[in-house]
Amino acid sequence: MNLTLHVWRQKNAQDKGRMETYEARDISEHMSFLEMLDVVNEQLMEKDIEPIHFDHDCREGICGMCSMVINGIAHGPERSTTVCQLHMRHFKDGDKIYIEPWRSRAFPVIRDLVVNRQAFERVIQAGGYVSVNTGGAPDANAIPIAKQEADRAMDAAACIGCGACVAACKNASAMLFVAAKMGHLASLPQGRVEAERRAERMVAQMDAEGFGNCTNYFECEAVCPKNISVDFIAQMNREFMKSSWRRKRK
Amino acid sequence: MKLESKIPSGPLAEKWDKHRFDMKLINPANKRKFTAIIVGTGLAGGAAAASMAELGYNVLAFCYQDSARRAHSIAAQGGINAAKNYQNDGDSIWRLFYDTVKGGDFRSREANVYRLAQVSNEIIDQCVAQGVPFAREYGGTLANRSFGGAQVSRTFYARGQTGQQLLLGAYQALSRQVAAGKVKLFTRHEMLDLVLVDGHAKGIVTRDMVTGNIESFAADAVILATGGYGNVFFLSTNAKGCNVTANYRAYRRGAAFANPCYTQIHPTCIPVSGDYQSKLTLMSESLRNDGRIWVPKSKDDNRHPNDIPEEDRDYYLERKYPSFGNLAPRDISSRSAKEVCDEGRGVGETGRGVYLDFSDAINRLGKQTIEDRYGNLFQMYERITGDDPYTVPMRIYPASHYTMGGLWVDYNLMSTIPGLHVIGEANFSDHGANRLGASALMQGLADGYFVIPYTIGDYFARTGPSGITTDHPEFKKVHEEVHGRIEKLLSINGKRTVDTFHRELGNVMWEYCGMSRNEAGLKKALELIPRIREEFWEDVKVMGDNEAMNQSLEKAGRVADFLEFGELMCWDALERDESCGAHFREEHQTEEGEAVRNDKDYCHVAAWEFTGVGEKPKRHVEELEFENVELATRSYK
Repeated sequence: MNLTLHVWRQKNAQDKGRMETYEARDISEHMSFLEMLDVVNEQLMEKDIEPIHFDHDCREGICGMCSMVINGIAHGPERSTTVCQLHMRHFKDGDKIYIEPWRSRAFPVIRDLVVNRQAFERVIQAGGYVSVNTGGAPDANAIPIAKQEADRAMDAAACIGCGACVAACKNASAMLFVAAKMGHLASLPQGRVEAERRAERMVAQMDAEGFGNCTNYFECEAVCPKNISVDFIAQMNREFMKSSWRRKRK
Repeated sequence: MKLESKIPSGPLAEKWDKHRFDMKLINPANKRKFTAIIVGTGLAGGAAAASMAELGYNVLAFCYQDSARRAHSIAAQGGINAAKNYQNDGDSIWRLFYDTVKGGDFRSREANVYRLAQVSNEIIDQCVAQGVPFAREYGGTLANRSFGGAQVSRTFYARGQTGQQLLLGAYQALSRQVAAGKVKLFTRHEMLDLVLVDGHAKGIVTRDMVTGNIESFAADAVILATGGYGNVFFLSTNAKGCNVTANYRAYRRGAAFANPCYTQIHPTCIPVSGDYQSKLTLMSESLRNDGRIWVPKSKDDNRHPNDIPEEDRDYYLERKYPSFGNLAPRDISSRSAKEVCDEGRGVGETGRGVYLDFSDAINRLGKQTIEDRYGNLFQMYERITGDDPYTVPMRIYPASHYTMGGLWVDYNLMSTIPGLHVIGEANFSDHGANRLGASALMQGLADGYFVIPYTIGDYFARTGPSGITTDHPEFKKVHEEVHGRIEKLLSINGKRTVDTFHRELGNVMWEYCGMSRNEAGLKKALELIPRIREEFWEDVKVMGDNEAMNQSLEKAGRVADFLEFGELMCWDALERDESCGAHFREEHQTEEGEAVRNDKDYCHVAAWEFTGVGEKPKRHVEELEFENVELATRSYK
């Protein structure tokens, strides 16, 4: 099939950036979306045009590196799917496809479709861990954990940190990402110990990075490639309320 | 070059304890006087960076991804082994040790493997303490499953995302140390060379992949945790960015490269569908429990699989290996698939694929049972291929996915360059000629959490703080070499893109140094690779400049190193004139096609020394001594 691509091109963070139009010729329906871009890039280089830069690595939907908005939807039209797992059979000959980077003040563009997600790193560094050192851990079976609790922790822990939730949100809120980490750790006795402190610190960092607030549109859940539930946002809010209430009492 | 394994004396079970006592220590107040560079933030590198920072060392950690959490350890699905014996099924440290040595076809070091089995239990404890959400039973205890190469259930797992969850545990521990200021993390930085001062590894030169800045970093020791080199085949289950550059550059600076020909080919991957293919996706081996593998009996049978009657199908594994059938070991099933495709009986558009058919199992057990067992895998398959495996047989083909070879290290995980340590898949140490399932995660974390934090202290204590800075002339020299290389790549301005060269190399490697090898083929590859390399340096087209993000330039540097490394792999495969584990030399097989090992001449590690580009490298040998297990022939009958 042949397609027309409208792609965001931006040389670096200082450049203003613009949409460019390219033809994609002889695209097989079996290609993944990124393989289609590989082919287009080879064609561009033949014409002495620099290839389109985009983030990608594992190409099996788990590393969280790939990140682009396709026709206005983060990760494209297929639900529960990262761009690397989106295949061209979902498009048809003659389609016009608009490809843009994640759009958020907290994720500045580095080049073309590549953005800087260091804000997520700093949120995790603020408290997204259990404070234990290596060594001296008790036997793994010492604390029994109910299966449903472990399952719930795993549901949240499945987050790949891609940032689609931020890109989809009209407020550029990172709450689904932050809530997923807090929900994962707070569901387990090992992480429960510092749950309130964690909530306080991660939320403070999230705000400092310039992410917006949640106004319950749930676009984040709709685009999440790992189906993280917005229930975790409710849990995060509860945890945060508890901790700020306790702090006031002191 | 001397290969001193430094294996401690004494009984096997006491070696590691004894060694820990014998190693020199550094007083807690003095640890902050030492800095280590760690390249790679996967399970090995992330765990090492966190653990060493907790001890008080300063750590400079580097990764090419935009976050430490994205290293390719994240893609491991199955699980992690440990000798906990929670299932009361007779497991023990000794059994895990024995299974691993045997699985590696008796080509690994006993002492290293025993230590791995010993610390496996601590890994599980540590991960649970970090909040890794392992699967649980209703009673609240940890669940286990069984895996290939073992008769006990010792594999711990977190759904099909065990690698992801273990890596997040290490990444979170690392993030905590970044916040504490003990780790300085450099993301989107690629190591391009190693710096030696007076023969010791004292720093690296990197490229900032955002600004193009070439930077030097000095430290008291360098640790490489840079993974495997499976992408030498172009198509593999590795992430696109995985590369051999850090290891290869260290090899060029004098580190011995051990057993590069040991590359594992996994039999059940989704096949290549066209020339544009960029990578291959693994499907869990467990599918072979219920799926039957077949191809048409005759060539050019273009009928739809469901229209091919039973009598025209060849269930070749069941025919050739009646007792193991579809569950024949990885190497055997991979090679058999290649054979039938070479005969022209392969299926799919490219003819490189075989059917994995579930229709019998669905008829016997019902669709629901199959869905319960493999539902998520079937979904993944359908998403990629567009075919519904409940009604149309799956198509599968083998693909490269793990490399047992790597930089040679001693018992302390130090390479032949003093101060240069190598951990995880990047070293050669624990898997011999073949790795068992669920052992890669175990080894990465063992090295990172429980081995290197001890052994690095011994090196530091013996050498003292170096006081070397990047002002040292050696840094200037290497910096200029790196810069010159980049300038060269950008100035060739030829006609062919980097990917075309990488694919061409990949085809040669796959054809002549892939699932099975022979003398004539390897010699042919050794003629072809230098030609591709020459053409690369004359005709490669790398666009753009250095002073910005430039993904073609990144790729060009990696492919340039693969073009030298491929030759090394072929030399090793050629000189190892026996079949063992994943290394199958067609000259050495029984009439039934089973591998024939030669313990008399090849019960050793081959470690190669760089002698110049295009020159035959020098082969050194470390004899393997088996004092505790008896060398036996692996049998699949």
